[in-house]
Amino acid sequence: MKRRNYMSRRQAIATGLSTLGAALMLPGCTKPLPPTYGNILRMGDRLTYVAHRALLPGQSLAKEYNFSNISSMPATGTTNPADTSQKGYNEEYEKLFKGNFEDWRLALEGSVTMPGSFSVADLQKLPSRTQITRHTCEEGWTAITEWTGVPLSTLLQTAGIKPSARFINFYAFDGFADSIDLYDAFHPQTILAYGMNGKTLPIPHGAPVRLRVEKQIGYKSMKYLSRIVVTDDYVDLGDSGWAWYTGI
Amino acid sequence: MDPVNTGHEASKHRNWVKLSHWIVTVSFLALTVTGFEMIMVHPRFYWGEAGNDLTPALFEVPVSRNYHHGGYSSSTPFFDKPESPVSASRTYDIFNQNGWGRSLHFLSGWFLTLTGLLYLLAGTFTGHFRRHLWPQLWSLKHLKEDMRRHWKWDIPATSGGPDYGFLQRLSYLGVIFVLMPLIAMTGMTMSPAITAEHGWLLKLFLGAQSARTIHFMVSVALELFLAVHLVMIVKSGFRKQVRSMTL
Repeated sequence: MKRRNYMSRRQAIATGLSTLGAALMLPGCTKPLPPTYGNILRMGDRLTYVAHRALLPGQSLAKEYNFSNISSMPATGTTNPADTSQKGYNEEYEKLFKGNFEDWRLALEGSVTMPGSFSVADLQKLPSRTQITRHTCEEGWTAITEWTGVPLSTLLQTAGIKPSARFINFYAFDGFADSIDLYDAFHPQTILAYGMNGKTLPIPHGAPVRLRVEKQIGYKSMKYLSRIVVTDDYVDLGDSGWAWYTGI
Repeated sequence: MDPVNTGHEASKHRNWVKLSHWIVTVSFLALTVTGFEMIMVHPRFYWGEAGNDLTPALFEVPVSRNYHHGGYSSSTPFFDKPESPVSASRTYDIFNQNGWGRSLHFLSGWFLTLTGLLYLLAGTFTGHFRRHLWPQLWSLKHLKEDMRRHWKWDIPATSGGPDYGFLQRLSYLGVIFVLMPLIAMTGMTMSPAITAEHGWLLKLFLGAQSARTIHFMVSVALELFLAVHLVMIVKSGFRKQVRSMTL
């Protein structure tokens, strides 16, 4: 891989911010913002997104807690994609689960110079980050948990994210798909977690690997990851009825 | 004219007061509906940073089928020690309309906050707060006199302008300078993006769940204010009040 294809976090953030700035002045040149579907609620979401990016420019860390602050944490949504009775059942996941996830590979593709795939062991070889943070569910509850994983920025830099990249899309075994912008993708606390409270990430909380996006609401921290796709444009997955940006 | 307000000539409501009054009214109603919807989704309140179905509640509100639903698998402790925090999987399909509820709540919050900020600027620089809301005479005698009149349900007919009584001024000041800033700030303390940058909010309100509980309590206080406000509007001449705040 050529050295110039690497992109530092600072460059990535600067690119992301300047794109956002340009997009506010020159709408239509690129697709740096999620669609509003002509829907007033989604317009409000976009206002929140743009305002947060403009008014909260630092990459400040979300509060980190002590080990003694760790609380109980419910598992909601899909709690086992290997369970045929669940809506998020996935046959492939069931096979991987039976093989103790040894055949699980996280695909990383799209706007990167070196697309590839990573086993849990591959991810564990990369420098890890452990953080005790507060999970904020859209329902109104919170839980404090310790997460261990590899920063997404490390993975993106390893794969050589291209300068044209703007969004990181995540696909999960239980059928979920969602994306985050580069700003959150390169946040130091945005990690691909394989450990929880000092142990292997349990099935109900997203085994073998889940995303943690600490500056957004819980549902952005997708469980049961299968694939990551880096894109230059916003990939429109349709209006799910839920806000795309949930820093609030 | 109300003898409590002697020395002050009756005038009409300013246009910016009328406009902001109705924007705030509509926003507040939308916030009430969506806020109630969110309580229906999680009718449990806590104190501190963390709180969820697997931790004890400070209090619970008996609304929606989510109240005491108890739909969890048996729990697994995280650590090999007694009193360890636990995990459990939800087995119950909860009521959840937060998709639109949250987005409408925040959209209304934007209208309320931006209008509120402009209102605060206008109120400060036009002298509205000083002349119409700040009591001209802070005296115990004054307070007792106005309380006595309220107690006797002797509410004068409105003049159609901002010649407010003593207790009326105090309640408006409380809403504008205490309850509204408090509900906006506790609301922002629930935002993971805002508290990452402004960690002092979590310190000030003693945690995200304390902020949520205070947010709820302030909302109850504001609903009570609305109820009293409506009763007083009716008592002092509903048609004239609405007309003078609109036209």
